[in-house]
Amino acid sequence: MKLLVCITHVPDTTSKISFTDDDQKFDQTGVQFIIGPYDDYALARAVELKEQSGGSITVLNVGGSETEPTIRKALAIGADEAVRVNADPTDSLFVAKQIAEHAKDSGYDLILMGRESIDFNGGMVHGMVGEMLGIPSVSPVMTLDVDGDSVKMSREIEGGKEVVEAKMPLVAGCQEPIAEWKIPNMRGIMSARTKPLNVVEPVSDEVSSTLEKYELPPAKGAVKMIDADKVSELVD
Amino acid sequence: MATLVFVESAEGKIKKTSLEAVVYAAAIGGDVIAIALGTEVDDSELAGLGNYGAIKVLKVSDDRLNQGVIQAYANVLNQAMTSMGSDILVLANSSLGTPVSARVAIKQDASLVTNVTELPDTSNGFKVKRSIYTGKAFANVELTKARKVIAIKKNAAEIKEIGGSAAVEEFSPELTDSDFEVAITGVDKATGDILLPEAEIVVSGGRGLKGPENWGMIEDLAQELEAATGCSKPVSDIGWRPHHEHVGQTGVKVSPTLYIAVGISGAIQHLAGVNSSKYIVVVNKDEEAPFFKAADYGIAGDAFDVIPKLTEALKAAR
Ligand SMILES: Cc1cc2nc3c(=O)[nH]c(=O)nc-3n(C[C@H](O)[C@H](O)[C@H](O)COP(=O)(O)OP(=O)(O)OC[C@H]3O[C@@H](n4cnc5c(N)ncnc54)[C@H](O)[C@@H]3O)c2cc1C
Repeated sequence: MKLLVCITHVPDTTSKISFTDDDQKFDQTGVQFIIGPYDDYALARAVELKEQSGGSITVLNVGGSETEPTIRKALAIGADEAVRVNADPTDSLFVAKQIAEHAKDSGYDLILMGRESIDFNGGMVHGMVGEMLGIPSVSPVMTLDVDGDSVKMSREIEGGKEVVEAKMPLVAGCQEPIAEWKIPNMRGIMSARTKPLNVVEPVSDEVSSTLEKYELPPAKGAVKMIDADKVSELVD
Repeated sequence: MATLVFVESAEGKIKKTSLEAVVYAAAIGGDVIAIALGTEVDDSELAGLGNYGAIKVLKVSDDRLNQGVIQAYANVLNQAMTSMGSDILVLANSSLGTPVSARVAIKQDASLVTNVTELPDTSNGFKVKRSIYTGKAFANVELTKARKVIAIKKNAAEIKEIGGSAAVEEFSPELTDSDFEVAITGVDKATGDILLPEAEIVVSGGRGLKGPENWGMIEDLAQELEAATGCSKPVSDIGWRPHHEHVGQTGVKVSPTLYIAVGISGAIQHLAGVNSSKYIVVVNKDEEAPFFKAADYGIAGDAFDVIPKLTEALKAAR
């Protein structure tokens, strides 16, 4: 089975969010970058699928050279090779175009990614890629099992889940509990250094939105503490 | 110019977030045409969308659309936009709406934006504000394409009832078997419960509740308040509660008027899912719990003592 996992390079979930350059840029000072948590689930499931039935895993990231440590981590977790599209991921249309371009003639059976990135939370890229390639897209996917060329998934819906069945190839936007996050072991980290990481240039510069400025929410007022014996005060 | 609004329903009723989408579309100006897919909503409920600003409601009476098949939905909305001459599609973010909107945007060569929190600024171009970094910040973006698909977050528009009723018309798009190549073969859904993403009040429990057997008091309080119930990630990970109740960075993002957190420490990843709540009440026996810093009201006390008392006090006040 040929698997493509698309990963984002995003601030760690504990990062303090602030902006510089007149609120035009995210302030990276002191921020640690990680594989997007949802993408990390997708990658973990891909590694399990490969363990079960063989095949290969390619990871793809659209980003500048600063994302390479994140890509190497994905290789350490179990991907076989990586592609970095050398451009800032300016908007979801731009990113989707790059993924579709890479995938269109590569014969992937499954294209997995997180249900959304945790910086822009768009949740749009999987659907866009599916539409561009003319194949199904399913999200948010909580379990995914392959049987021959069929894929059985559960998709989260408000208040529950539904069982979805489709034929490969398809795109899935993943979330927990599809697999448990994998921590790279020593052997993985060593071998990741020599696995291929190909850098390609973007195919188009088309975007569909431009940033005006970032903004932080207003600060929250101080908490009002209520005595545990006087909970009725809260009712008022 | 007509704006198309995709409305979703639950148990035969149009969802509140979809009503907000209709109001949002009306505020953009021009005619508002709503569209509902499937046969589970009756005409009088659809005509009622006139009360929120729709002049016309298209219904697509096809049983196969009673299930949210992403590709088929995208195909229907695409055909409806074209046939109504709509440049803008508005819908509510949801587990169905968001993935569908992405496919429609590509079909229409439209700008797509999700998680929109406010009405657009159309004084110079078309600008919207959207939530980013899981509610920790906002981005003001300009949508540069002629056509636009806008997915709004709960509370992006304030519901106003204007009276009136909309004309309901059948819309018959061309659908082929390939639109249904992805089959939904089972649904497992709580019925009668208040849906978490839509709820005005949420009562959430964390690991501090010690075990699933102690959720009775959370449910009692929720029932008293007509609230939905939620939980922290470890609670759904260990299976004390179903996964769809998991609130936070990697779970459901809620925007209720009131969020009550019981026995939840307030890890930054949990806060990411609740930071657009209007008021937050925290009950935790550790007065140093980080959640208090994000709260409007705090009770430092044992949940097993405080929660039943609170439920009693609410009953008494009724
Ligand atoms: C990438 C990533 C994503 C994550 N995403 C999420 C997410 O989406 N949602 C989420 O919730 N977490 C998420 N987490 C986990 C998060 O970091 C915390 O571990 C989790 O929120 C803690 O859950 P908790 O507050 O229920 O448990 P704990 O941290 O164990 O807190 C229990 C609390 O209960 C209090 N308590 C104990 N007994 C009582 C009592 N009798 N009465 C009152 N209070 C009591 C304690 O004082 C304590 O504050 C994520 C973590 C990572 C790394």
